Amino acid sequence: MMQKVFTRPRTLKDVPTHYCPGCTHGIVHRLVAEAIDELNVFDRTIGVAPVGCSVFAYNYFDCDMYEASHGRAPAVATGIKRVLPDRVVFTYQGDGDLAAIGTGEVVHAAARGEKITVIFINNAIYAMTGGQMAPTTLIGQKTTTTPYGRDRELNGSPVKICEMLGVLDGAAYIARVSVHNPANVVKAKKAIKRAFEVQMAGHGFTLVEVLSACPTNWGLAPDEALRWLADNMVPYYPLGEYKAPEEI
Amino acid sequence: MAKILMKGNEAIGEGAVRAGCRYFFGYPITPQSELPHYLAKRMPQVGGVYLQAESEVATINMVYGAAGAGARVMTSSSGPGISLMQEGISYVVGAELPCVIVNMMRGGPGLGNIAPAQSDYFQATRGGGHGDYRMIVLAPASVQEIIDLMQDAFDLADRYRNPVMLAGDGVLGQMMEPVELGEEKEVRIPPRPWAATGRTGGEKHLINSLYIVPEDLEKHNIRLAAKFAAMEKEEQRWEDYLAADAELVLVAFGTAARVCKAVVDRCRREGKAVGLIRPLTLWPFPVKAFQPLLATAAHFLTVEMSMGQMVEDVRLATRECRPVYFYGRCGGMLPVAGDVYAAVQKILAGGEAK
Repeated sequence: MMQKVFTRPRTLKDVPTHYCPGCTHGIVHRLVAEAIDELNVFDRTIGVAPVGCSVFAYNYFDCDMYEASHGRAPAVATGIKRVLPDRVVFTYQGDGDLAAIGTGEVVHAAARGEKITVIFINNAIYAMTGGQMAPTTLIGQKTTTTPYGRDRELNGSPVKICEMLGVLDGAAYIARVSVHNPANVVKAKKAIKRAFEVQMAGHGFTLVEVLSACPTNWGLAPDEALRWLADNMVPYYPLGEYKAPEEI
Repeated sequence: MAKILMKGNEAIGEGAVRAGCRYFFGYPITPQSELPHYLAKRMPQVGGVYLQAESEVATINMVYGAAGAGARVMTSSSGPGISLMQEGISYVVGAELPCVIVNMMRGGPGLGNIAPAQSDYFQATRGGGHGDYRMIVLAPASVQEIIDLMQDAFDLADRYRNPVMLAGDGVLGQMMEPVELGEEKEVRIPPRPWAATGRTGGEKHLINSLYIVPEDLEKHNIRLAAKFAAMEKEEQRWEDYLAADAELVLVAFGTAARVCKAVVDRCRREGKAVGLIRPLTLWPFPVKAFQPLLATAAHFLTVEMSMGQMVEDVRLATRECRPVYFYGRCGGMLPVAGDVYAAVQKILAGGEAK
């Protein structure tokens, strides 16, 4: 008798995705879905995916979903959660979306202590629109709008969201993880699940920043992209919990 | 029930609460401040939520979230804030969400000033945001009418799954008038089987305005257009004040219409056949009101607190087969009855150029 030991999470639909080969969105989608399954909240979870590569996340997550305008997912999630305080609400946002156009919304959702979970994909680039510089693009990193590399004088320095949001009283759980190897994927899963738990316990705003690879727009093979992430992004964006409630 | 004295902005708040609205998201701006002040007090008393957002951009997206979750929800602002909401309003229409948006208009463009104006007419009636969309725009002219229209505003939003705008101005918001609130009725909010509230055993719901395949988006637009056509057919509203036999018909809404009524009264006392058409819906524009008048009226005079915006709709409604004149004050200045009367006199004497 064969036993099934690994299967698609209930929260994910059984469909092919539009993501590029080597893109880590698929991994993170799976981690979010596993967390929702394990917490047994599939039936009362609502997701919000704004503009970006993950704008079609509603095609993959099988829970109720909202598509939102660019940057505004935390405001949309605020509206949902204020109407339905007993539901589990998450947003899934990229770095251009969250750390540039949507900075105001995420900062104030955190400041208000909105009981939502933000999954923040940091791949140091605007991917959907063709590989432009993101607020998180590293100094020297070449993109389609920094063809000579990001210049500190011209473009300023990359934005560190976890460090910024961690100082706000309304933020209850803030962590940065990476998915460049299996050990880190396991840690990422733990952080995502913990963020949902902290939301459900009513402690306040929760966010998990996931350092992610974009082989297509970085111009690297998938395995090279993961190495580039480990060698370049992890040193600038230190991994770990920036804020966590003690009792959980 | 006895009448009570109420400010227009407060009347919007009380009207909303009585219409079953329990969620208000807003950002401070003059001259609508008494409305959020009122609801900040009132919402907690009725188990509702008043939440101050970080910007009007956030506000309209909170409305999007709350409406998608099945709530009766509203926001309010004035010119510059409404401009910031335009992208969100377009999304609300695209995702077919009901909500009410209040614009207590002030002088523009730019920062303009905080004095009353009607110069957001184009923005309200032409769809200030992107894409092919329309929304019903209601224009009250008294505090009592505000109370009465708030219930309609929410009901119309639900009927068409589309935002409804209530367009007032600083005068209406600030002035106090006696109002009859009436008995508090039990509000029946229509069920929202489409809301995304967590599946709770049911089908998956999606709140969305993205249709990446052109064939699908065209179908969506055609379906929306059918709704807008139904609104144009069913929802035109206006007040006809002695217009049926008028040689000259004034056309004005909101505060400007109150001034025009005084002008009509004076003209009638003097035996001059002057009347008024007061649109209550700026969109759909009450074209039906003008059809019978084309046989009786010789001139139309549009009076606005702008440099002339609604006058274009009056020209369309009269198919330009009668002269349509314009008189306006702007920048926060109000039309004075004596000046409008003088403009009327000039036209009746045949001395006013179109």
